[in-house]
Amino acid sequence: MTTDLLMPVLVLGAIGCLCGLLLAVAARFLHVFEDPRIEKVTGLLPGANCGGCGYAGCADYAKAIVEKNAPTNLCRPCRAAALLEISALMGVEAKTLEKMVALVLCNGGDVRSRRASMYNGLAECTSADMVSGSGKVCRYGCLGYGNCARICPVNAIRMMPDSNLALVDADRCISCGLCVKACPRKLIRMVPASHHVHILCSNRDRGILTRKACEVGCIACQKCVKACNGQGIHMEGNLAVADYTAPLSPDLVNVCPQKTINQRGTEAAPAAPGEGASA
Amino acid sequence: MKTVKAPFKLPGSIHPHYHKESTAALPLEVMPAPAVVQIPMSQHLGAPSKPLVAKGDIVSLGQLIAEPVGFVSASAHASVSGVVRAVTEGASTAGKATTVIEIENDGQDRPGSALLPHADWETLDGKALVSIVAAAGIVGMGGAGFPTHIKLSPPPGKKIDTLILNGAECEPFLTADQRLMIENADALWQGIRILRHILGGPRIRVAIEDNKPEAIQALEKALAKADGDVEIVSLATAYPMGAEKQLIYSLLGREIPSGALPADVGALVENVATAVAVYEAVALGQPLTRRIVTVTGPLIKRPANLMARIGTRLSDLIAFCGGFTGDSGKLICGGPMMGVAQVGSEAPMGKTTSGILALPRRDVALYESAPCIGCNRCVRACPMSLLPCTITMGVEADQMEMVEGLSVLDCIECGCCSFVCPARRPMVQLMRQGKARVQLARRQKQEKEKGKQG
Repeated sequence: MTTDLLMPVLVLGAIGCLCGLLLAVAARFLHVFEDPRIEKVTGLLPGANCGGCGYAGCADYAKAIVEKNAPTNLCRPCRAAALLEISALMGVEAKTLEKMVALVLCNGGDVRSRRASMYNGLAECTSADMVSGSGKVCRYGCLGYGNCARICPVNAIRMMPDSNLALVDADRCISCGLCVKACPRKLIRMVPASHHVHILCSNRDRGILTRKACEVGCIACQKCVKACNGQGIHMEGNLAVADYTAPLSPDLVNVCPQKTINQRGTEAAPAAPGEGASA
Repeated sequence: MKTVKAPFKLPGSIHPHYHKESTAALPLEVMPAPAVVQIPMSQHLGAPSKPLVAKGDIVSLGQLIAEPVGFVSASAHASVSGVVRAVTEGASTAGKATTVIEIENDGQDRPGSALLPHADWETLDGKALVSIVAAAGIVGMGGAGFPTHIKLSPPPGKKIDTLILNGAECEPFLTADQRLMIENADALWQGIRILRHILGGPRIRVAIEDNKPEAIQALEKALAKADGDVEIVSLATAYPMGAEKQLIYSLLGREIPSGALPADVGALVENVATAVAVYEAVALGQPLTRRIVTVTGPLIKRPANLMARIGTRLSDLIAFCGGFTGDSGKLICGGPMMGVAQVGSEAPMGKTTSGILALPRRDVALYESAPCIGCNRCVRACPMSLLPCTITMGVEADQMEMVEGLSVLDCIECGCCSFVCPARRPMVQLMRQGKARVQLARRQKQEKEKGKQG
């Protein structure tokens, strides 16, 4: 009776000891060293996994920082304090990048930009762009079906009522750049957050055609280029494009005859110059 | 010449109202050349052609004005004689802007064809004939616009045993091919002979839907003394019978593997209008500068089958047919199933424009779409045996790997699923979006791999 009870206990006990010993040996010889800093850096990163840094999520970027000496300032959403801490951890100098925000280079929503026909298809920008741009006369302008707003991980983009124009809230934007890729008309550009005067048009047609399509389109009169002596604005074909080297002067807003140049994000001008309010 | 019935039944099809009665009996009318034509540079599949003329140049009828760029591309010719007014960006019927060559017609039609007539074409070899077809700028005139000279030179090792002439014309409203077969049957037979000569003598099947008995009769007469293995096949009337893959299946019972070409199963499909264009190019030395287009719909005052110059603006075609009878509704380039809705009538017709359809507002009811009710009607209607309901839900939920696994790329965008859906879901749009996104993901993946290697 006692042996019946004792034998299994002994056998199982022996197996347990053996396995424990094996594990102890394996832990010693098969040990993989993982830098504890990776976990720390991962904790300091925002954890949005937006992919804006070019790596597959925050953990992957943390690994790259520690193991491959990737620059510590690639994460746009990262707070300045966290950046300092990560840089201190890695023993490198913290170089803050200027905050960039997304900007929709179009101001011609449904109120100011003409639609030639009615669209009854999928309420989605890519599909609308396939069928003559859903009737929007301007071949370059914002279609207004909100692909950018849907992809934004922090709800920084909203579609304006009445005009159906995408508008970025610069304070909320984390500069991940997902909206830039989502726009089938390539209207969104990342610009420095410190700039407040923008040329809000992407129409490359001749002025006469632009004028037929939209009230606030760039007609290539070049008045803005002359007003700033070619500093900061250059012409790309029939379109004036800001190169965002130095902030543009707010005076340009009054220079532009088409009201294409707008001031945004300062106290002087309301943060969201809605078309609905002015029209 | 005896007519036989097509032996195989499609896995799925629909039966819309055909509405062909308003133009089916109308003989072809030659439309006078308009004052201005705009020749689009992308009226075919593949890369747009490169203009060879500039503003102010004087061109003659049939002169080469644009050359192909790259392998899959086609040349374009002046369809009137006159002065080039501009080479500029313009509207196209496909919905995307393209470069157009605008020619002001001088009304003289000074001939200046880039081609020579070859009455003795039988002495030429296949390669020489294919180069004539390429020089004439001939593309598939059924709708897709695939350059014909590429189709006619199958990759080595692939033998074409059957040439199918597509006269199905399964799109409702359109009667362009039907009138062509009735009035141009002899030219069609000559074109078929040239194609047969190029391909080394395959058997010939002329496929016509059985709702066009007049066309079948006309061809039976024209092909009465035909030599070799030639048959007229009458197809059951169903949509999309005239699609390439469906036509090959119903005639030969051969399924084209996913991503493969008809040449892989030994078949080749050419539209009947393409065959006539080949005859005109080879035997008469005329490049492709005109085509038959059906202008129809309840909104057109005087529906007609027109022989019109390529580059004629839709507004000119409609004006020649007496204009609209009422308030504007929907203007479609092509048929109602696969045609492209237009935002205006300023776009010029191209080599693939087989019809203009104008519908009044009451015929284009706007529906609210509702969620899928899982009835499976689209699965039964799909001629490609896909699962449109599952695929479209996958597109909506952004499950692109699942969508790719369900062969979304095999969708031919025929519209049967949208036609039968009781919930009025925008099926074709979702399928098209799915295709576009899967293709984009594949391209990005390829680029990434290339970047890693390089």
